[in-house]
Amino acid sequence: MNDVNVSLGGLAGYRSGPTAGPEIDEAVFTIEDLSFWYGGFRALRDITMRIPARTITALIGPSGCGKSTFLRTLNRMNDLIPGVSLSGTVRYHDLDLYGDEVDPVEVRHRIGMVFQKPNPFPKTVYENVAYGPRIHRMASGKGELDDIVEQSLRRAALWDEVFDKLDQSALALSGGQQQRLCIARAIAVGPDVILMDEPASALDPIATLRIEELMYELKETYTIVIVTHNMQQAARVSELTAFFTVDVTEDSQRTGVLVEYDETGRIFTRPSQQRTEDYVSGRFG
Amino acid sequence: MSKIAATPQVESAVRRRIAQPPARASERLFQLALMAGIAIALIFLVTLLIQVAVRGIPGLSLSFLTDLPSSDPGKAGVGPALVGTLWMLAGVTLVAFPLGVATAVYLEEYARDTRLTRLIRTNIQNLAGVPSIVYGLLGLAFFVRFLGAFTGGRSIIAGALTLSLLVLPVIVIASVEALRAVPNSMRDASYGLGATRWETTRRQVLPAALPGIFTGVILSLSRAIGETAPLITIGALTFVNFFPASPTDSFTVLPIQAFNWISQPQAEFHDISASAIVVLLVLLLSMNTIAILLRRRFEKRW
Repeated sequence: MNDVNVSLGGLAGYRSGPTAGPEIDEAVFTIEDLSFWYGGFRALRDITMRIPARTITALIGPSGCGKSTFLRTLNRMNDLIPGVSLSGTVRYHDLDLYGDEVDPVEVRHRIGMVFQKPNPFPKTVYENVAYGPRIHRMASGKGELDDIVEQSLRRAALWDEVFDKLDQSALALSGGQQQRLCIARAIAVGPDVILMDEPASALDPIATLRIEELMYELKETYTIVIVTHNMQQAARVSELTAFFTVDVTEDSQRTGVLVEYDETGRIFTRPSQQRTEDYVSGRFG
Repeated sequence: MSKIAATPQVESAVRRRIAQPPARASERLFQLALMAGIAIALIFLVTLLIQVAVRGIPGLSLSFLTDLPSSDPGKAGVGPALVGTLWMLAGVTLVAFPLGVATAVYLEEYARDTRLTRLIRTNIQNLAGVPSIVYGLLGLAFFVRFLGAFTGGRSIIAGALTLSLLVLPVIVIASVEALRAVPNSMRDASYGLGATRWETTRRQVLPAALPGIFTGVILSLSRAIGETAPLITIGALTFVNFFPASPTDSFTVLPIQAFNWISQPQAEFHDISASAIVVLLVLLLSMNTIAILLRRRFEKRW
């Protein structure tokens, strides 16, 4: 299964200019000229990119480049912050995500999210996973709910470690287990996409490795977009990488821009932009 | 072990200080001042409690709790006052708890941060500082006079509503604080799963905030049942020789009963006044214990 057809020409791909990217057959997200403001502060400028299905796409870049903000525009998590505004379009399959008729709650049901710090609910392991299916009334009985919980935990490679402590507090799990629990919780509502905002940055190297292995398995089923500070991680897990950076304009306004988007191997070995080269080789950021 | 490169001057200064540590008089003085503060507060409290206990405990008996007041201090009891206080407790819980928590949830989880909501927040803080007698006057004008046809005038309902107004701001403030203490990461997690605002509030935020809310509510209830002035203002009776049986009956409460007895000339009445205060104190202490127990129970539930 390979839905991604990366153009060999690199720059000659989907769109001209510095935001040109790989050629993609089945795009889950099509983002065009996306700009984003927190009040009067423009956090993103004119982002254009397509994100393919069942692939891991990594967003890298220095702090403050807007990659997390960008990630959160994909499931309308930013809507919860007062005073934000946005221009351009974000299409999810054929749906305009910011269209008038779109219910952001439904969007987040289909497009799940895993956060930087593991944030399990202060409830049992079972209740953490069962919460989503409960609110969406996905199970018609206790047996069905049990099945969903078990399947989700298995998929998140956590079942073998927690099957005998389902009724214990999730907060008693280790950090890595908590993060996999958060992934299981996201899987349980049957999403199409999982957005991950630096999912391993609070974890030790071994827990990080397990999360990365898990992501590799999950991309068979889900589209994964991951923000990471860790370039090795992006290189290890992703097929596509987008490099964001901070542009400082004449009036010293700082804003996030997409510099280069391409096949991960190309970004790390033969980037077409000087700024990408500087970043991935450690000369900047 | 690496050596710290200190200049000879620094090294000799450090040596001198270790050999002859300074007296740190200010440190000791501050500690003494703090301890004196605690001691003064405790001495007064303990003295008061001992005095009340010495005078009041001999008069305590089961019949003191159930008897009607009487002109004979030997036969008098706090029955109607205790029942009145329990009525107040139930009434205030029923009215102020849901209203206060709902207000806090609206302010903290739903309302946008506009000039209006900021004004409302500030004024709720101000309301918490309004003297209780003012609430008594409001209760007299509104619940007793204006709504007299519904409340029955100087009734239990009028008293409970007045006390509810009195403690409402405190409940709101305590609940807002408890909601604010719930980390945003928990809200994010819930929204991230496609939960609505109501589902997030009802299933994640409120349960997490509940221990804090309970503590605030029970402490406000303790304040409500100790209040005397607003109830005297709305015309609670001082001598009640019947048990109030319906919310529209007139009533009295423990602090008013105690106040009534202490104003009598005979010393025997002063003693049973102390007994009434002991009853009130035991009630308050048990409520605070319940607050602590509830808090523990809910914190351990998962």
